[in-house]
Amino acid sequence: MSVLVKTPGPLTTVQDEGRFFYQSSGIRPSGVMDGAAYEAANALVGNVKGEAVLEMTFLGATLEFQSAAWFALTGADMQAKLDGVPVERYRAVRAEAGQTLAVGMAATGCRGYLAVWGGFDVPLVMGSRSTDVSAKLGGFEGRALKAGDVLPTLAADDWTPTDLCYEPPVYESEITVRVVPGPQEEYFTAAGVDTFFSAAYEISPNSDRMGLRLDGPEIERISGTDIVSDGIVFGSIQVPSGGVPIILMADHQTAGGYAKIGTVLSFDLPKLAQARPGDVVRFEKISAEDAQKLY
Amino acid sequence: MRIVPAGDRALVADFGNVISEDVNRKVNALKKSLLAEKAAGVREMIPTYRSLLVEYDPAVISMQELSRRIEAASLGGAQAEAEKKRVLEIPCCYGGQYGEDLAGLSELTGLSEKEIIDIHAGTEYRVYMLGFLPGFVYLGGMDERIAAPRLKSPRVSIPAGSVGIGGSQTGVYPMASPGGWRLIGMTPVSFYDPNRGKPVLCEAGDYIRFVPIPPEEYERQIKEGGAS
Repeated sequence: MSVLVKTPGPLTTVQDEGRFFYQSSGIRPSGVMDGAAYEAANALVGNVKGEAVLEMTFLGATLEFQSAAWFALTGADMQAKLDGVPVERYRAVRAEAGQTLAVGMAATGCRGYLAVWGGFDVPLVMGSRSTDVSAKLGGFEGRALKAGDVLPTLAADDWTPTDLCYEPPVYESEITVRVVPGPQEEYFTAAGVDTFFSAAYEISPNSDRMGLRLDGPEIERISGTDIVSDGIVFGSIQVPSGGVPIILMADHQTAGGYAKIGTVLSFDLPKLAQARPGDVVRFEKISAEDAQKLY
Repeated sequence: MRIVPAGDRALVADFGNVISEDVNRKVNALKKSLLAEKAAGVREMIPTYRSLLVEYDPAVISMQELSRRIEAASLGGAQAEAEKKRVLEIPCCYGGQYGEDLAGLSELTGLSEKEIIDIHAGTEYRVYMLGFLPGFVYLGGMDERIAAPRLKSPRVSIPAGSVGIGGSQTGVYPMASPGGWRLIGMTPVSFYDPNRGKPVLCEAGDYIRFVPIPPEEYERQIKEGGAS
C-alpha cells in the first residue's frame, strides 16, 4: 500500500506526536503543530497508536493512491478534491487505486492533515516518525516531501469504516489564547506584564514550525532578558532583547537563553497552529492551578 | 531550589540563574533520582545549566504530586553524581587542515600552537548540558588563556567532528552546521549518529578530555568508521 507524491506543496512533512526523551541530548521534539486536528484525523480512520500523518502548510499536496485506501482530512480547509470531486473534511473517505487527491489552498486555517488507515510507514527514529527538517532526522528521508516520493502505508488488508465524523472547527482571524505566567515573569515590570496581557499582537509572516514571531508593543523589562539557558516547551513565550514576544512551537529548540514571560495553555496550541500571518492574537492569564482543573 | 510551572504540562526545578559546577551537579542528581523513581506520567526531562524541566501528563500525575516528588528527589543532594564520574577521552587532530584557525588563535593569544594544544588537551571539561544541535555539548572549564572571540563572519558550513573555541567555551560540532567558532582540530569520534543504538555520545554530567592524535591516526580512525 502506498501513495505517490505528484506535487508536494511548499512544506509537507510526515509527523506524529513528536520525539520524546531525547531533548536532554539536544534533539528537538518536532511532531504535529495542531495536535487536535492530528488526533481527529487518526481517530476518523481507526488509527489508535499515534500513527504518522502528513502535515501540509498553506497549500496542500497532490497525491495518487497506488492502492485502495481509507483517508481523512482535518485541520485547515484546503478544498481537497478526489478525481475532481470535492472531499468532505472530518470524515473517513475511500480512495480506489489510481485515484488522485488534490489538496489546494487553505481557505481558512494554515495547516491541513491527511491520515490514512494504518498510518504512513517511515522508519521509527528514536521512537518517532516525525520529521525534523533542521536536523535532517526522521520522517521521509529527514526532509519535506518532493514530487516522485512514494510513501508506503502500514495498512492491513482492509478496514470497516465507522460513522464517526466531527464538526470541522472554525478558525477565526482574531484569537485569544490562555497563558500560564512564568517561569521568568520576574524579568518584566508590572506594566510590561500588563502590556502582554492586554495588547493585540499580529502573527508575523516570519513565523514557521519553530516559532510564531509577533508584531506588536514591546514588553517593558526590568533590565535585560538574557538568562542562563533554561528548558523550553511547545508554547513557551520568550522575550528577546527587542521586547517583542516569540511563541515557540513544535520544532522549538530544547533550551534557550531568553526570559519566558509565560507558557500557552496546551489546549490552546491548536489555535496558534492554525493562525495565519496577519491574524491577531491576545493573551489571557490563567493560573497553573486553574489550568489543572481542566483535566 | 524553587519549583515553578512552565504551562499546564511542565514544571521547572530551578536552582538559580548561574553557571556553576555545584548547581549543575544538583540539576543532574535530581534528574537521575527522578529517572530512578520511574514516576508514571513523566514524559520528558530537559536538564540545563541551572534547571530541570519536567514535562508530565496531568491526566496521570497531578502538578501537586509531581511537585512533591521533585521536592523529595532533590533531598538526595548532589552526592549521587559524584560516585561515578565518567570521563570520555576524545581523540583530536589539532591544527593544519584539521584546525584552520589554530594558527590565527596562536597570533591572537600570543601562545604557540603547541602551548594551545597542551592547554586545550590538558583540561578535563564538564558536560553542563546539551542543546542547540543534536548532541552538541556545552562544556565548562576552559582555560581563559585560550579564549577568543567568535569569527566576525561565521562559516556557512562546518563539518561534523570539528573542535572549536567560541569565547570562553570549547566544543565539538556534532553535525555539519553554520557556525562562528574558531576551529582548532577535528575528532574522528561521532558525537551524534541517528542510526546508532545510542545516537548521542555524551550526557550532561560526563567529563571530556581531548587526546592529541597525529593526522595518520585521525585518518586511520575515520577509515575504520570512527572510534565510537
